[in-house]
Amino acid sequence: MAKFKRKKGKGAQRINTASLPDIVFMLLFFFMVSTTMRETEVQVRVTVPEATEVKKLEKKSLVSYIYIGRPVAHVARMYGTEPLIQLNDKLVNEEGIPYESVQDFVLFEREKLPESDKNRMTMSLRIDQNIPMGKVDDVKQALRRARALIINYSARKEYREQGRQR
Amino acid sequence: MARETPEVNGGSLADIAFLLLIFFLVTTTMDIDTGITRLLPPEPEKDQETEVKVNKRNVLVVLLNRSDRLMVGGEEMDRFTLKAKTIEFFTNPTNSTTLPEMVDTEIQFPPGSSPLLPPDGVWRGKVSKGVISLQNDRSTTYGKYLQVQNELVAAVNELRNNFCNLYFDKDYDELNTANPFEEEIYEGIRDIYKMNISESEPKNIGGLN
Repeated sequence: MAKFKRKKGKGAQRINTASLPDIVFMLLFFFMVSTTMRETEVQVRVTVPEATEVKKLEKKSLVSYIYIGRPVAHVARMYGTEPLIQLNDKLVNEEGIPYESVQDFVLFEREKLPESDKNRMTMSLRIDQNIPMGKVDDVKQALRRARALIINYSARKEYREQGRQR
Repeated sequence: MARETPEVNGGSLADIAFLLLIFFLVTTTMDIDTGITRLLPPEPEKDQETEVKVNKRNVLVVLLNRSDRLMVGGEEMDRFTLKAKTIEFFTNPTNSTTLPEMVDTEIQFPPGSSPLLPPDGVWRGKVSKGVISLQNDRSTTYGKYLQVQNELVAAVNELRNNFCNLYFDKDYDELNTANPFEEEIYEGIRDIYKMNISESEPKNIGGLN
């Protein structure tokens, strides 16, 4: 009953997959190199607001981060739930306007930059959208005194339909 | 005859590598930082007179009170009309005496860069003296404050963009500032529509609920 003959007994040619691990490893290394693990642990909860006019921050090396938000659970046990300021990786523990902490922070960060870039240092303010402006104003005053005047209000890109009215 | 060493089966190597790859894809962030860049005013010197007399018509007061209500130039407003209001303020289309003074200005663009400019590349027109004073309370929420900042920046960006489209047939953010020719255009337009947004010294302005 051999009506359906098998063609030469074999199926389609098998693709050699021996090099597949190499390809995948290459991808793996690409991602390991190109992405960054956050080196600072953010100890405050920050959801940045949305805005339409955001621009990318160009040179990462010029940027230092200031976080303002309510502390995450394990920090809240020590500091309470009031909004806190975090400069790169340390929490500010200063009453009133944090002039001194910010001054030290700015000097320290500025020291790390090459001479030609010292006046282009950018402070990225990553601030939770529900924080009252009081803390933000304090930081802004402290930054003015420390002469770190280029700031960037961190925000996500918001896409708005053209001509939306409300 | 030498004994054959048993070969390790490499078939699952790909699976292991994929697993690692997916792990890194998930745990790492390619976060691109985006945001609105602004310049803070330097702290005034101790002996410096801080009060600068500005004509009342040249100032638009944008006020955000502690219950996040927005007041622009004395009237309450929602944030979606703020942009149009800001554009009107900066351009003074009707030559109104309640809107800012417009000053005749000459601005040098690269010669021959646009058919709408005279051959020497000098733009002659009116530039607004308007300043926006953005004031907030200590209890204003930051999210709301940034939305207002965003609308103000959006207004100036739109004016710049319109000018750039009209004269140079290009979007303003597409200008490449690394190129001296385009940098001159960039700075020229920046001087026509200045981002005059002053963030005042913080104070409690209160407000009803």
